[in-house]
Formats: sequence, structure tokens, C-alpha cells
Amino acid sequence: MPADERARMDLKLLPVEASADERAAVATVFESPSEVPNTDRVAREGLTEAKARRHLLLPALHAVQKAVGWISQGALNEICRRLIVPPAEAYGVASFYAMFSTTARAPRVAHVCDDIACKLAGADAMCATFERTIGPPGTPSADGRATWLRSPCLGLCERAPAVLFQLAGSKNADDDTIAPATVDEIEQVLNGATVPAPAVGSTPQTSGTREPGLRLLRRVGVADPTSLSAYRAAGGYDALGRAIEIGPAQAITEVSVSKLQGRGGAAFPTGRKWDAVAKAAETPRYIVCNADESEPGTFKDRVLMEEDPFAIVESMTIAGFAVSAERGYLYVRGEYPLATARLEGAIRQCRADGLLGADVMGKGFVFDIELRRGAGAYICGEETALFNSIEGFRGEPRNKPPFPVEKGLFGRPTVINNVETLANVLDIVLEGGAAFAGVGTDQSTGSKLFCVSGAVERPGLYEVPFGTTLAALLERAGGVAEGRRLATVLLGGAAGTFVSPAHLDTPLTFEGTRAIGASLGSGVVMVFDEAADMRDIVLRIAAFFRDESCGQCVPCRVGTVRQEELLQRLARDGARPSPAAEADLLDELARVMRDASICGLGHTAANAPQSAVTMGLFGGTGHE
Amino acid sequence: MSSQTAATPMIDVTVDGEVVQVPEGATLLDACRTKGADTPTLCYLETLTPVNVCRVCVVELEGSRTLVPSCSRAAYHGAVVETDSPRVRHSRKLVLELLASTVDLSRASGDVKRWMDRYDVDTARFGPAAAPGERDGRDPGHHHASDGATAETVAQPVKIHDEMYVRDYSKCILCYRCVEACGEDAQNSFAIAVAGRGFDARISTEFDRKLDQSACVYCGNCIGVCPTGALVFKSEYDHREAGTWDEAKQNVTRTVCPYCGVGCNLELHVQANEIVKVTSPMDHSVTQGHLCIKGRFGWQFVQNRGSE
Repeated sequence: MPADERARMDLKLLPVEASADERAAVATVFESPSEVPNTDRVAREGLTEAKARRHLLLPALHAVQKAVGWISQGALNEICRRLIVPPAEAYGVASFYAMFSTTARAPRVAHVCDDIACKLAGADAMCATFERTIGPPGTPSADGRATWLRSPCLGLCERAPAVLFQLAGSKNADDDTIAPATVDEIEQVLNGATVPAPAVGSTPQTSGTREPGLRLLRRVGVADPTSLSAYRAAGGYDALGRAIEIGPAQAITEVSVSKLQGRGGAAFPTGRKWDAVAKAAETPRYIVCNADESEPGTFKDRVLMEEDPFAIVESMTIAGFAVSAERGYLYVRGEYPLATARLEGAIRQCRADGLLGADVMGKGFVFDIELRRGAGAYICGEETALFNSIEGFRGEPRNKPPFPVEKGLFGRPTVINNVETLANVLDIVLEGGAAFAGVGTDQSTGSKLFCVSGAVERPGLYEVPFGTTLAALLERAGGVAEGRRLATVLLGGAAGTFVSPAHLDTPLTFEGTRAIGASLGSGVVMVFDEAADMRDIVLRIAAFFRDESCGQCVPCRVGTVRQEELLQRLARDGARPSPAAEADLLDELARVMRDASICGLGHTAANAPQSAVTMGLFGGTGHE
Repeated sequence: MSSQTAATPMIDVTVDGEVVQVPEGATLLDACRTKGADTPTLCYLETLTPVNVCRVCVVELEGSRTLVPSCSRAAYHGAVVETDSPRVRHSRKLVLELLASTVDLSRASGDVKRWMDRYDVDTARFGPAAAPGERDGRDPGHHHASDGATAETVAQPVKIHDEMYVRDYSKCILCYRCVEACGEDAQNSFAIAVAGRGFDARISTEFDRKLDQSACVYCGNCIGVCPTGALVFKSEYDHREAGTWDEAKQNVTRTVCPYCGVGCNLELHVQANEIVKVTSPMDHSVTQGHLCIKGRFGWQFVQNRGSE
């Protein structure tokens, strides 16, 4: 009897059959031609085929969610039978992600963003309308075909308010977004209509008179992002050619010399990651592109993926060449349907053109990329949670050490880089690390993408050299909208801190923001004018962390709940016994989350609320 | 264990200023215990793979930005550890307060009560407990924010679905021990897993089905490793509910399971000439505390004297 059959006999399945649609959906995961076979893991690692296939769990859940709109007992059963995964574990995974429903749900779902930037743009009024016309979130519409839910940040802040549609049950309707969205448009889509995407750009520097000197945005609005030939005509794949010329060791040296630091928020030197993986004894090695951009207020990676997808494919290929990895995984946020489609198109074209596959560029090295969609979990942007997610487990961060360069994806040495980080590699290889290091400041090299949103005249993605001051950046964005007064800026996202107008002369560098007790984080610059209800904003941030904690460790799982309760009391003037005592308690919660949580989510969950209270944005309750 | 023979090289670790020697491969927790530092642990159990989720065993490790979980961090030669610094005391106190304000710890061990005293745990400062509620099937990423007047807890209805197990998740600290014992660390049944996310994460079968409809084989090993009495034998639960559970009046008799030839040791807990529960010693080389359904529950015949 084959090993798989024996394993299946040990599996206690549910006594529920899948529908024909559900079975067909699960089958696509095994048939998909884009699926890179991973059977080498069976041979190399001595795993059973079942264990080697566990990584198909997330794609299988996506397939069922897409086909029928929720994960029924029968569908879960079919997935477990085919993948040989215990049903309790598969349920644990399915119930971890916000984009999967384990209870019956209407097939057309509008996820209405009510996070910070959208809140400033009137999202609460939109939600109130749906409460009235459809009912509380999750209520099916009159015909039972549609429903709506509130959503955390969808990464469309420059065009707020935003909505994401999950459209199940139809092969012709893919998930989609609208931003800016109106109640009317959302209702039309929920009723089955197609609404054209609004023609609003995300990069003000490329519209009208194009700003000179753009590096990361140089192809945006110039080269058709759906065409490989357009990409090549605009200089695409020169960098990979150059990398092959100088060889893997020199490519890594250039990245090290460039002093490139990670753009995902942690600012770790990229060259050190590459070097460590290249020197690791174990194989296979993996390249992972972290495209699970979910930090509220962040949309830079989305714009790069939508507007310059081939650059991501090329830079991952350079990374693979440099560290001798033969496979890359591109883990894209589930809420980014356009970026996903563009990247899938890019991968397909590159494969067809020999730029991915068994003999890249005819130079005899192997590299291919598999794209994986997240499913609504901020925590999966944490690198080790992302590995678990790809591997088909709950997106719970692992304890570090060991670090990804030693034991990463599938327990193997892994380079994991953020999208924007990788995009910088092209210039580094082409112009050399030293030239790259000449841009920006001594400690923060290159240029940086900033996600400017909120109360500015021209919100959008801006590329500036490191060292540009906050004031100068805001000036580029046209200053505070409608001539109102600046109240505060949220720097670095929900995991960042509020900074006061007194800090406008801060140079936007890793060291410059550190000096004022803030951080660049993922490049969020969210602007609030004096009309903003800051209590409401801070409560939304607290709710976000409570929702997005994976639940694994006590400081974060319970700490984020206690933090939200505390802020609710402060906001309602119900402080116990006094605002000062609450501020002290918040400080105690912040310390245990920062000191004892497993991962960065817990470490940073109190940053923004604490800075808001200290600055008196909660009505002068602070200690400052 | 044979791996720690005299030939295992020893390394020096400084714990609270005192140098102790531990074998290579030991954890910081081993070093702390060698030094005699009373280090609290909740999710850690010698027979299971450390998951380091409770964070109560954290220590300050020189060179580390954050505190580190001693139960799983490998010791290395020259490591310098503080177990009673203000930072460590603060985190341990807060972890215990966060748990105790959320979970019913009335059945936790005397150790837990001692640690709560030592770290001056005050659960009242988060406010009065919120009303209990249903916790299964909550959607990840969505919750109803409270007004902060009360402190949310995991209090929920107790699950009594059969004659062997009672699952009282109001007492669950989500230490993952039961999941590990049900899975690869012992039984390989995989009947339960963590489901949901964040504060709504919970131990669950698939779709919260009853245990007798799940992959559960009623080995009772999840009960055996539960540190807070969330999982309990029905026999014990019934006695407790009736007010007749009295550990002072119980004798524990060690014997060998009569069913098969493996030789599992049993500990029969006997009260008033009645077996009220069966456990196995953690340090027994065969069972490591784990049993099967027969050893754990197949003892009713012993008491079936009436038909003789």
C-alpha cells in the first residue's frame, strides 16, 4: 500500500461530503500549471509526500473560498483528504485568516476599510449607511447574495476611502478594489455590476510634469506594467545581466557596500542576510519576497508591484543567483488583487522568455518563483509567521533564534526581503554599491518611498533621498489640506509613533527619526489636521492590534485587549481612578509587551497609543 | 538520559552573578534551576517540546534587546543572565496579572499561587470581570470593542459532552500543552488544535465538533498535561461539583497496567475505596506521563464488587 494511502487511513475525517463545486475547486490546486512541483523536498528531506504537500493548504483554502464563498465542513474534509492534513489543524489554519469564512457567507463581500486614512475620508459614514441599508456587518443582503464587513487598512490610503470586494462563485469576477469608493459604487458591485476603476494616480511625482531623478519610480507611468518587452525597453534585465557578469560573490559585495537596509520596518542590512545565506552549508536555500504589506498607512509595495512588477521578479532572480537559491516565494497580501494579477502575469511572461526556469537567460542557472496569496492577517508580514503561512500552518511567529538565514522557509537558509528593499538591488548592481551609497546620508543610503496620506493636499507615494526633512516632504504633498493647521503626524504606521509639529525639521533617515524617539517603520507619513478626532484614531489603532495579534503569547494576546479597554476608558472620560493612573498602567502594559512578546507586533503595539497619550492627544492626560 | 553522560562538555553560565555549570545543549532554564533560582513556568513541561508562549519564564540575557524565554533559549558558554532584575520582575508580574485577570486560575498548582504572591499580582487593577460569553466561532479580525468599564475574560460555558472528559475553557491559559500531547509529542491523534486568532484564539476540534465525533481517542493525555484544570476527568469533575473531592483523603498507589505488555506504570488515585482518577508518573521511562484509553479509563471493573 502506498505511504499516502496508509497515512490517509490514519486520518479521521468528517462524515460530510464536499459538493461537486468544492471538489473541483480543491482539484485546481493540484492541476494548476503555475504550480511549481515541490516533490524534490520529498526526496531530499525524506518527508512523506503528505508532509511535502502541506504547503498547498493555503492555496486550497483560497480555491474553495473563491469558488463557493466560504469553507464548509465538506470542503474542509475534501482538502484534508487530498492533502492528508488532520481536520482540526486545517480548521485552525482556516479560522486564522480574516479572508476565509468558516461559516456560511454570502458570495459577494464588500470589505469596507474603516482604518485610519479611510476614517479621515468618511469611512464611518459609509459604514453607517450599510448598517442601515443591509444591516450589521455580515448580514446578508435581501437577495442573500451579498454582504459587507469592516476591514483593517487595505493599503489604498492615498485614494481613501477604499473597499475590497471578494467575489466568489463566478469564474468571471475576480476580487477587486475601488478607491476612492462611494456608497453608490459599492452597492452596484454588490448587486453584480462592474464598476470601472477610478482614474486617480498614486504617484503625484509622475503625473503632469514628471519629476527628474526618480529611481524606484523611474518606470512608473513610463513602461506598461503588463508587458515584458516594455520593461526590457526601459532597461529591464540589464541588472541581472550585470549580476551574471560580475558573479554571485561580487553581487553580494555590492549590496553590502551599498549599505542597503531593509525597507519593511526593521532596517536590517540586506548584504548581511545575503552573505549569511550564501555561506550556509545547508541546501536548498530559498528567496522569499515579503509582499504582505499590511502596516496601516502603507501602500508603497503595492504601487511598486502594480506599476513595476517585472522589477520584483528580476531582483528576486538576482538574489537567487547571488546566494544559489533555486526557488523564490513571493508572498503577496491577500487584499492586493491587482498587484497579484500583475505579478502573476510578469512571472508567466518571464518563464516563457527563459528569464525564469531551468536555464535563466541561457546562463545555466536555475531559478523560479512561486506566488502565494495571504488571506487577511497582518501578522503574516512578520517573517517567521510568513514562513509558517506558506508552509500551511497558522501564521504564528517562531521564536528567534534561529534566524531565517539559518532556518527559514521549510527550515532552510532563507533570504527574506521586503519588496522595496529588493527593488533597490537593481540600481545597486547596475551602478555599484559605492555609487548607491552616495545617495542619501551616511547611515541611510539610497532613496526612500514615503506613503503620504491623510490631511494633505496631494496624498500619494513620494520618492525622496534619505535626509529630506519631514517639512520638505509635506511641502511636496502640497501641505496640510485646505490650509488647516497641522495637529500631528503618524510616522511609521500603526506600529510607529505620533510626532508633534515641533519635529517637522527632522531629517527622514533611520538615525534622524531614532533621535526623536520615532522610527521610519514602513515609510508611513500620515497627516492629521486640528479637525481630526484623535481619540477615535487612537482607538482604531488599539482595535487593530487587538484584532491582528496572533494570540500565541500572553503579553500581546491579553495586553492588546487591556490596552484597548484602558484607552476606551480614557476616551470616555471614565479613567480609573485618574487619567494619570491610566497613563501609568498603559506604560506598564507597554513595557511587558515590548520586553516579553515573541515578535515585533507585540513589541510595537503600544508605541502609537503611548505617544498619543504622552502628547496629550487624548485631551491633556499625558505626563509631558 | 544517556545523552548526558560524563563525557558531555560543560559550559559556564552566570546566573544572578553566580557561575554555574550546565551540560552543552542545556537551556537557560536548566541553568537557572541549577543555580537554584525559582523560575516560574506555565506552558513548559519537561516531556513536551517548548513552545515558549506564556512568557512567564523570561530572563534578562546580556546582549539581548528584549527579555528571552529561558525554557527554550539555548545556554551558551559565557551567557550572563539576570532572573530578578526590575525588568524581569515587571514582565513576570504583568504576565501573571494578564492571565489571572482573564482566566480562572483557581485550579492552578500551588506553585502558581506562590509566584502570584511573590510578584505581588493584583488582578483588580484592570477592572471588574466582564460577563461570560460564547467564544467558539468568533471571526478573526473582528471584535466588538467594549467601553472599558469591565475587563474581558475567557469565561464561557463548560463543555460536558461525554462520560470521560470535561473541558472547562474558562480555565484555559492557551499553553498549547494539550495540543502538543494530542499531536506529535505523544499521541499523534491531532484531534485538537488552536483555532481563531488573537484574544479569540481557542483550543478546538474542527468546527468545534464534540470530541466523540472528532479524532479524539480518549487517551486522556491532554488532561494529564493541563496545568490549570481546564481539562479534567469527568470522575474528578463530578466529585468536585458534589463537594466530595478531597485530595487529603486520597491514596495514590503505583502499579502496572494490566492490559498489554508495554508495562506502563499507573498511579491509582483512591478516595474512600473508590478509584477517582488514574495518572502516570512523568518520570516513568515508558509512559513519560502518557497513557492510552485502557490504562486511563478502563478500571471500572475493579470496583464492580456488587456482582461478585
